[in-house]
Order: sequence, then C-alpha cells, then structure tokens
Amino acid sequence: MVRNKLNPNEQTPLARAHIDGWLLLGLAVLMSVGLAVIYSAGGQNMDLIYRQLLRLGFALLVMVVMAQVPPMAYRRVSIYFYLVGIAMLVAVLVIGTIGKGAQRWLDLGFMRFQPSEIMKLAVPMMVAWYISRFNLPPKIQHVFIGFVLVTIPTLLIAKQPDLGTSLLIASSGIFVIFLAGMSWKLLGSLAVMGSAFAPIMWFFLMQDYQKQRVLTFLNPESDPLNSGYHIIQSQIAIGSGGLQGKGWLQGTQSQLEFLPERHTDFIFSVFSEEFGLIGILLLLSLYLFIIFRGMLIAMRAQDAYSKLLAGSITLTFFVYVFVNMGMVSGILPVVGVPLPLVSYGGTSMVTLMAGFGILMAIGTQKRLLSRE
Amino acid sequence: MPPKRITIRDHTAEANLFARRSVIAMLIIVVALGILISNLYYLQVTRYEDYQTRSNGNRIKVLPVAPNRGLIYDRNGVLLAENKPVFRLEVIPEQQDKIQQTVADLSQLLDISQSDIESFNRELKGQRRFKPVALISNMTQQQVAIFSVNQHKYPGISVEARLKRYYPFGDTLTHVVGYVAKINKRDLQKLEESGQDANYAATYDIGKQGVEKYHETLLHGKVGYQEVEVNSQGRIIRTLKFQPPVPGTDIVLNIDINMQMVAQRALQDNRGSVVVIDPRDGGVIALYSNPSYDPNLFVHGISSKDYRRLLSSADRPLINRATQGQYPPASTIKPLLALAGLNEGVITEKSRVYDPGTYQIKNGPRTWRDYLPWGHGWVNVTKAIEVSCDTFFYDLAYKMGIEKISSSMSAFGFGQFTGIDLYEESDANMPNEGWKRARFNKPWYIGDTIPVGIGQGYWTATPLQLATAVAKLVDRGHSFTPQVIRGQKVDNADDYIVYPPSENYPVDMGDEKYWDIVLDAMYGVVNREGGTAFKAFRKTPYVSAGKTGTAQLIGIAEDEKYDASKIAAHLRDNAMYVGYAPYENPEMVVTVVVENAGHGGSQAAPVARALMDYHFHEQEEQK
Repeated sequence: MVRNKLNPNEQTPLARAHIDGWLLLGLAVLMSVGLAVIYSAGGQNMDLIYRQLLRLGFALLVMVVMAQVPPMAYRRVSIYFYLVGIAMLVAVLVIGTIGKGAQRWLDLGFMRFQPSEIMKLAVPMMVAWYISRFNLPPKIQHVFIGFVLVTIPTLLIAKQPDLGTSLLIASSGIFVIFLAGMSWKLLGSLAVMGSAFAPIMWFFLMQDYQKQRVLTFLNPESDPLNSGYHIIQSQIAIGSGGLQGKGWLQGTQSQLEFLPERHTDFIFSVFSEEFGLIGILLLLSLYLFIIFRGMLIAMRAQDAYSKLLAGSITLTFFVYVFVNMGMVSGILPVVGVPLPLVSYGGTSMVTLMAGFGILMAIGTQKRLLSRE
Repeated sequence: MPPKRITIRDHTAEANLFARRSVIAMLIIVVALGILISNLYYLQVTRYEDYQTRSNGNRIKVLPVAPNRGLIYDRNGVLLAENKPVFRLEVIPEQQDKIQQTVADLSQLLDISQSDIESFNRELKGQRRFKPVALISNMTQQQVAIFSVNQHKYPGISVEARLKRYYPFGDTLTHVVGYVAKINKRDLQKLEESGQDANYAATYDIGKQGVEKYHETLLHGKVGYQEVEVNSQGRIIRTLKFQPPVPGTDIVLNIDINMQMVAQRALQDNRGSVVVIDPRDGGVIALYSNPSYDPNLFVHGISSKDYRRLLSSADRPLINRATQGQYPPASTIKPLLALAGLNEGVITEKSRVYDPGTYQIKNGPRTWRDYLPWGHGWVNVTKAIEVSCDTFFYDLAYKMGIEKISSSMSAFGFGQFTGIDLYEESDANMPNEGWKRARFNKPWYIGDTIPVGIGQGYWTATPLQLATAVAKLVDRGHSFTPQVIRGQKVDNADDYIVYPPSENYPVDMGDEKYWDIVLDAMYGVVNREGGTAFKAFRKTPYVSAGKTGTAQLIGIAEDEKYDASKIAAHLRDNAMYVGYAPYENPEMVVTVVVENAGHGGSQAAPVARALMDYHFHEQEEQK
C-alpha cells in the first residue's frame, strides 16, 4: 500500500476539489507560454488573446467538472459513449457526401461539433473497458477485438478525411492494448501488417491533398513555392532561431508573415525562432513533466481500467506533441495536429482538458473506487 | 454474454505488467524526443548560419537607388542639360486584370494622347509583369490633380515623380550634346559586357548621342543602395541601411551657346554646318549641323510618327554634318597643298604657271577647266591661293603625284578620325593608289590625280577635319585634338577644373618661310583686292584670313545614294569657307559648309564673318 500526498486523509483544498496540483501547475505554465507565443505570432493582436483566454477558461472548467466524476462512472458509460460516437461518425459521413470536401462537423441545429473529438476519449475508454474485463495480459482474441474497436472509428475518421485525428485516435486505442501487456510477438506481426496496410491507405483512403503532403514531406524543395513553401519557411524559422532565439516578438519569419499558420499548427516554429534550442528544451521539459505526472497517476491507479485509460490519455498527449513538432521541423508529414495547449484554437483543447479532467479524477478518487 | 471468469485476477502481477509497459513507453518517449531534438539541433546549430542567411534573404531586399545625372554647362556657365522632375502615370501590369479596359477609362478621364497609348502598348509587350510601365510619360498639373482624386479606383496605377533630362536649348545643341533615352536591350547587353549593369540597376536613361553618350561614364555617377526589410507580400516595412548614390559629374563644355546660336541663325534654312574651334587648345566653341531636331523628343520616347518623319526627311537632320558629312573639300585645301608643294620642292615662291582657263597634261587627251573660263593668266603661288586659281593646282598635283599629296595631307589629318569626343564621326577619304586598288580593284590613273589638286575627285573631308587641318596650319604644324568637353565642376563650386588639352603629333613642313608664304596668301584672300573673300570681310574691325571653296557636287553625306530624280535639286555647288582670326595669334578657326548654296565667297564666308563678328564684339563688350 502506497502512502502519498494524494491521500484524501491529508487533504489540501485542491485535493478536495479532485484537482492534481502538479498537473495543474504544468498545464497552467504551458498555457501561459502558449498565450505569449500567440501574442507574438498573431501580430500582437489582443483580440486573439481574449478569445484564447475565453477558451482556456472554458477548457479548465470542463477539466474541473470531469475531475469530479468517479472513474467507475466513466467505466460504466464507456460502451454507450463509444456507440453514440460511432453513430455520429456515420451520420457525418452520410451528410458529408452531400457537401464537398472534408466533412467533420455535425450540425445539431443548436450547435455544431466534431464527433471525432468525442472519439478521442471514447475509443480509449471503450478499449480499456473491454480489455480490463479480462485478466491481463490480454489473450489474442481480446487483442483482436480491441483492434477492431480501434479500427472502425479510425477508418470512419480517415474517410472524412481527417488524417491527424484518426492517427491520434488509433494511437490512443493501441496504447491501451500495449499497456495492457499484449505480447511482443503480436506487436511485431502487427507492425508487419501495418506496413502492408500503408499502400492500401495510399491508394484507397488518402485524398490527393494528403498524398501531396506526404510527397512534399519527402522532398519539400521539389515545390518550394507551393506545397513545399510551408515546411521550408518553417525550417528557416526554426533554423534561424539558433541556440538562443531571436527574442520574443523579434522573429522575422513570423513577424513579417513568411510563416504560414503562425498561431495555429505552426506555432512551434514561431516559438523555436524566438526562443531557440534552449527555449525548446525548456518547453520539452514542461511537456515531459506533464507526461511523467500523468504516467505516475496511471501507475498509481488501483484498477486496470483506470490504469489503462490514464496511461493512454497521457501517451496520446505525447503523440500530439511529437507529431506537431515533427511535422513543423520536417521529420513527419504535415497532418494538421496542433501543439497541445499552445496552439490557438478551441476544439481539440477542450477534449484535451477533458482528458486531463479524467486523469485527475483517476488520480484523486482512487480511494473511492471499489476493488474488484 | 457475461464474461466468464476462470482465473482469479492477480492484481499485483497486472500492476507490475502495467508498470513495465509504462516504463517501456517512457523509454520510447525519450527515444522519440531524442530524434526530435537531434533534428532540431541539426536545424538550429549545425545549419544555423545557412538558415539565418535564408531568413535574412527572405526579409532583406536591396533596392538600387539611381544617381542624379551630371549637369552640362557651356564655357560661360550656361546650363545646357538639366534634370527636371516629371510626373509619370505608371501601371504595374500584374496588378491589373483588364488592362485595356482600364487604359480606355483613364484615357477618357485624363485625355491621354494617342501617342502615349501607342508607346504604352509597345512597352507593355517587352516588359516584365511586375515592372511599372508609363502610361503618361509627362503629366500636366491638371492630369496629376484629376488622377489623385480618382486614384482609389485604380489599384496598381500611381503617379511617380522622376528626374528626366531636359535640354533648354532644344535643337540648337542636339548634334553636340546629344540626348539620353530609355535603356534598350542593346544598351543593356553592352553594359553587361562591360560589367556596368549593376551600376545601372536603377537607371532608366542612358546617353545615346553626342556628349551624353561619349561622357556617359562621367555623367552617370554611381548607383546607391537601400537595404529594406520587407514582409512576405513584398511590402517595405523599414529601411535598414542607406548607401547614397554618388551623383554624376557636372561637366563644362568648350561650347559657347551664344556662338552656337549665331551659327544656327546664320545658316538659316540651308543645309550645312559650322565648326568653330580654338586653335590654342583644340576646344570646340561651336559645332552646329543644320537642320537639327529637338532632342527632348527622344528623352520621353519619340513617337513612331515623329521618328519616321526625321528618318525619311530628305534633309537628313539625324546626321551630324559637321563630323559625319563627307564633302569634297574643294579649294579650301589649296593653301595646304601649296605648303606641301613648297616643302616637296615641286614649286617655289617664284614659280609661275600660265592659266589660259583650262589645263591639259602634255599631249594628254583630256582638259580640265578652271572655274574662270578665260583664265587667270600668269599666277604664282600667292596669287593662285588668293584668286583660287584651279590650273595652278592642277599642275601642282600633276607634279607632286598622288602618293606625296596623300601622305602630306594625311599628316594634316585627312582620311583620319580627329579624335573629337563624339562617337558620331567619319574619317572621310584621303585617296591614294592602294586605296583605289582596294576599293575598286583598278589602277590609279594620272587623270585621277588632277582633280585632287583642287580638292575634288576621290578626296572627301568632314568640316571638322578641315577645321583641325586649318588649326594645324595656323599654328605652323602644332595642334590639339578637338575637344567638346572643357572640364568638370567640383563640389558645386562655381569654378571648374579645366582638362589639359591633348597635343597632336606636329606636322613637319621644313622651312618656316613656306608657312609664311601660305598664311600670307590666306591673308590676301580676305584682305587684298581680288581675294575671293575680300567682299565678304570688308571693313571688319579685326584682321582675319581664310580660304573659300566651291565644291562641284557628287554627293554629300556618307549614306546618300546616287538618285537621278534628286540630283537636279542637289546639283548646285556647295559653298565652303575656312578661316581664322585674328590673323596674328588666332583665337578661332572656322569652317562653314552651306550645301547647294553656290559660291563659297558669297554664301559661306558671310556665315564665318557672322561668327567672327560675334566673337570680337563680345570681346569688345567685355573690355
């Protein structure tokens, strides 16, 4: 039995509110960094800051609310959550065939939202629920069913098409299975199957613009004025930042608008240009701190469902960071994943903070869980 | 289907399994971050300088700034070429979708002339899309005002102020000062070959003719640079560095604009030319070719109609007659031939020839006529020059032979470029045996030599060559290369530096006495009763000397073709006069050619007198 600060017997006000102090600190610092960079990238436009503050406030509220729900409750609703999500994804596809291009939004009359955001949480919840019903490590047939549960929404979202989100959702489900202890042999054969799947994706699933992105990623200089422009300008921004950076508000690539998508997907380029490699290392330390804290919560969780869900949420958070930084620095194709909690924009942030809310719920309410 | 629970859950084992997997996951994260960081290290540290350069290349643009062209003054400080601000309506083609529609709208609004639209369309074709093209090259105040009010309707079109060359004296100086005009492809090619293209990066106009062309390097100056920061749209955010251009040098010419105007007035409507040079330093005081044309037309891009008119005019205004016109020098060269004859010993001071009105080589089949049908009777060398006896010089030419004539006259500069600082110059022709064989593949006949004795036949000369030859004569073999430029201004001071004149290789004609005889004969032409210019220079307050000439016409300008229909109108003789004044210590040498005007003494000498009168009148005023 581990005794620790999270023990409700030595409760602080934060703990009473089911808030993990260290995690909140990490998230708050990250958000502040994000605001500073958005201020610079957005041409010192205070309007952007106010709107982002509004979103952050809402996302924090969602986190606090989510933290109050006992993990048991999450476990119980997992399957319904998942099924409703799948239904909405199908609905989006059906309606989407009417409109042209990417269809990600569902209009419920009074509000529009992206069902794929729900799936970011519903998939790991569902897979964790399913896998944790059996003894760990999971048997091969359970792994297989788990993969089916992951594949269905992944394909539905990839078909929208939204490659970035489907990638995040697929990894969130796979993390659950991996953490549950799936055998290495299976993992190896899966990797082989995955590489066999790549050409199928290329020919049947990917849209022309997505293929173009991959081609551009492989050789950005082949088309420096069009599809390669973004990544080249981004690399120039990062590279010219050097070790120490050009200083806050001093990044010429961003201030003079050579960088595309400065305050959203490419905000890391702005950060790198203005704060240099030293700044990047500090930023990565901040992310690592949050990830360590999340993994700690996962390891300390007392039931399999909570462990798997917390671990998946944390690792998926890392995938965000890695994919975003990888794509703007040119080691991954551009797939449209924001830098979590730093990029301007709301949809994915609310989901992310909801995930941290669940993480906090798991971290602070384990005593309330009944042991199975 | 409820899950079957066969085994009892081992929570500790599961927790350990999860912990192991978590640690592995963390390790993978660390490895992934390692890859990410090593790539960032590669970008930010290994290739830092490369990316920094590219980042600067993105934002920093270097814009060339054109230097102001040097001004041109006459010897008395009168401004001959200046830079005036001109308002142009410029269109950037790539910022206009329906360019012809816009042009049509604007031409209604601003009343744009057809010739402006014409040249706009011409320029539009050859120009890159993002470079501005002038729709109106010279806007009136009213046009500027009207457009300014309506500017918002025409994106990509703007009024630009620019300094343009302006020649206040118009056609008076065209053949000397020349003009500048837009740099064309050929100019650009030449600039690239000479490595000067960077210096002209912001320059629009270049010297095309005359002094403007010859002294281009001096006048142009050195380009400046403005380093600016631009954003991704190319809009200038701020200036980082400014290296001001070095303006072109202001130059001073030997030309006296008043003398030039006297020459223009004196020639009236006649085709012809005037050259006035100072024998003491080779300075070109006046150089005028009639008819002339307005150089300002070319500065703003001459319309094709105007250009065709100039090009096809029978009077050939585009040719500089003073330096390019090839005329038979006629009797004007008689003093020079006499000097050569004395020097060669072919004649002496005392030798006499009887002129019956014709000349015939002994037993020869052909006779050559003197202009005086009844002849001048017995003439010596002095008389022969004074009355311009042809027979005497037929005989002299016969006795000297073409080779001696040719070599001695070449020493006076005939058949050679004078070296004047104008590119528009012809070397005309001093014939000899070798020349005829090369040119016509025929031997030289003795009959070819006889007319050369009176400056006819194959011999041609430009008025400038005549002037330099006379300058050599009056200074007894010494002379200077004719120079239009006199010096340059320094630091806006009123005074200026005078360039040292460059002396020619002296002509060696032996005995001083020979020069005395010939110069005295030229004195006689003007000052003794019976001299051919005696009437023209009657009662001058100064003493001058000279020689008349009346050329029988074959052709004038180098590119004029034999044309039977025109010959009738051009049949009349060219009137010519060479002269200098004062007789002692000459200050000016004058050459006048009046095409198809008749006798030199009556038609050309008065023009020379007008110039000399002006010179000495001015001198008198100044005293």
